[in-house]
Amino acid sequence: MSISIDQVSKTFGAYTALDEVSLEIPSGELTALLGPSGSGKTTLLRIVAGLETADPDGRGRILFDGAPVTESPVNRRRVGFVFQHYALFRHMTVFENIAFGLRVKPRGERPLRDEIRERVHALLKLVQLEQLAQRYPSQLSGGQRQRIALARALAIQPRVLLLDEPFGALDAQVRAELRRWLRHLHDTIHVTSIFVTHDQEEALEVADRIVVMNKGRIEQTGTPDEVFQNPASEFVMKFLGDVNVFHGRVHNERPVFTGDAGDDGSVRLLVRPHDLAVLPQPGPGISIPARVYRVMTAGALVKIELLDGQNRLVQVQVPHETYRTAPLLAGQQVYLAPKESRLYGQASERLEYVI
Amino acid sequence: MNGTERQALSWGNLALSVTAVTIVGTVIVLPLLVVLREAFAAGAGVWAASVTDPDARSAVALTLGVTAVVVPLNTLFGVAAAWAIAKFRFTGRSLLLSLVDLPFAVSPVVAGLIFILLFGRHGWLGGWLDVRDVQVVFAVPGVLLATLFVTFPFVARELIPLMTEQGTEEEEAALSLGATGWQMFRRVTLPNVKWGLLYGVILCNARAMGEFGAVSVVSGHIRGETNTLPLHVEVLYNEYRFTAAFACASLLAGLAMVTLIVKTVVERQAARQTARGGEA
Repeated sequence: MSISIDQVSKTFGAYTALDEVSLEIPSGELTALLGPSGSGKTTLLRIVAGLETADPDGRGRILFDGAPVTESPVNRRRVGFVFQHYALFRHMTVFENIAFGLRVKPRGERPLRDEIRERVHALLKLVQLEQLAQRYPSQLSGGQRQRIALARALAIQPRVLLLDEPFGALDAQVRAELRRWLRHLHDTIHVTSIFVTHDQEEALEVADRIVVMNKGRIEQTGTPDEVFQNPASEFVMKFLGDVNVFHGRVHNERPVFTGDAGDDGSVRLLVRPHDLAVLPQPGPGISIPARVYRVMTAGALVKIELLDGQNRLVQVQVPHETYRTAPLLAGQQVYLAPKESRLYGQASERLEYVI
Repeated sequence: MNGTERQALSWGNLALSVTAVTIVGTVIVLPLLVVLREAFAAGAGVWAASVTDPDARSAVALTLGVTAVVVPLNTLFGVAAAWAIAKFRFTGRSLLLSLVDLPFAVSPVVAGLIFILLFGRHGWLGGWLDVRDVQVVFAVPGVLLATLFVTFPFVARELIPLMTEQGTEEEEAALSLGATGWQMFRRVTLPNVKWGLLYGVILCNARAMGEFGAVSVVSGHIRGETNTLPLHVEVLYNEYRFTAAFACASLLAGLAMVTLIVKTVVERQAARQTARGGEA
């Protein structure tokens, strides 16, 4: 089931949470809504679910497979919704939680007792928690609760599955495990899914497509590769992974990043830590002088922290093999040469430059 | 050193315990015993005669009748008000919250006077009611209204903090799973506050049976008609019929004991439920 979001706005008093957002979610894909808190991603998800209504401006519409659902309330929309804090029914067993959506169906559509039991057990098997049917939510771990919440949402055979920061309340290890498991589950059942996250790593790892949001607008939509390799804006570049920012100015139509460019520098050069080369002498292109501050060799990559001419911290990551050919000492003067970088002007506009 | 400290501590504990027992003994246990002793001072026969006196029987019937009407109504109002206040944000929400608290803040006697002022013969609505031959003040409807007013906050006050803490996510989950509003309320909201609700109902019940101040103002003390049990006790006492007064008081005390026992059972059940997994 494809989802179309068409010119949806949402204001809370004077605050604009969503500003005419339009978005197409293709059928069967797992899409991540990625953005910082306050970017409007959860509001958008709740509007798709029907838990929130778009501004009644006559334009905003939500369509499932081309048919508008804007007017249908949440309990008729048949969406599976998974909450950050699970929202399991605390006074019901795991079995009853999963069976809930089947038991509340109108008499004509309600499955028989035995069918319900079968369906619930099939779902418990799908989330690999068959042995927990008679437990209460408070007796489960966070990861187990979230899997039960997912099984409960799937019980009504939802047209779309919506997950609001599903791993947000879990600790790092469980989170990584559940992430892989969700991806695997999606590959098994192929229901069109949207999940909200503020964790770029999570989005890059799990999603087919990523929608980067900022201040109630969509900054960029694309595959994980596209948004990571080709960020459409300074915001996207900064939000997707670590990035070093060098402040400079334009001199003779060339950007200059020597020490005397102050905070009011008119251009910013954005470079990811692994796209910087550390050279003992200035190179032919842009070379930014810096002093080595600390070197951390424990890890998959060598992490080097340096201070540039304006005493700002710069992070560089190099493979161990590269580092071994030219080890560094704290305090050593070096030059940083960006291999891949992006230059942005005062109004965050992308600038092309030739070296 | 350590030993002395422990010694000092246990002296402190002992002093506190003695104080607590003394206070509870003088303020609660002793009066209860006095009531029972005085009630049976002239023997069980006199006690039985006092409580089966037609006026006493009518008072008991009125008290139980009023309670039977007031408690369900206030349960309904309380659940509705708590639901609105805890789960929604709307203009006038804090006003509603203050209104729920009003009966706690206003002295019952003042509450009674308000009803006289409203429904009395010379009150705002008195003339209108008089023409239609409806009597509110110095009649059973007045007793009902006064009790309703005084016991209004108990259920709502018990539920508001509980419902606020539970939030709205479980309700949203229920709706997203296709439940209707009523199914959501009956299968999710209500079971989640079951014990708190029962506790509120018990408190409301206890107060409805024992209410004196507001009822005293509006009832008119008409024996056999508008006298509730607490008012009947007062009437008897003022007539120097001490034994009869204490006999009826012992009935009230008995009702209070029943309430306490039910409350204890409910609390124990609630604790068991929580231990098993009522909390998530």
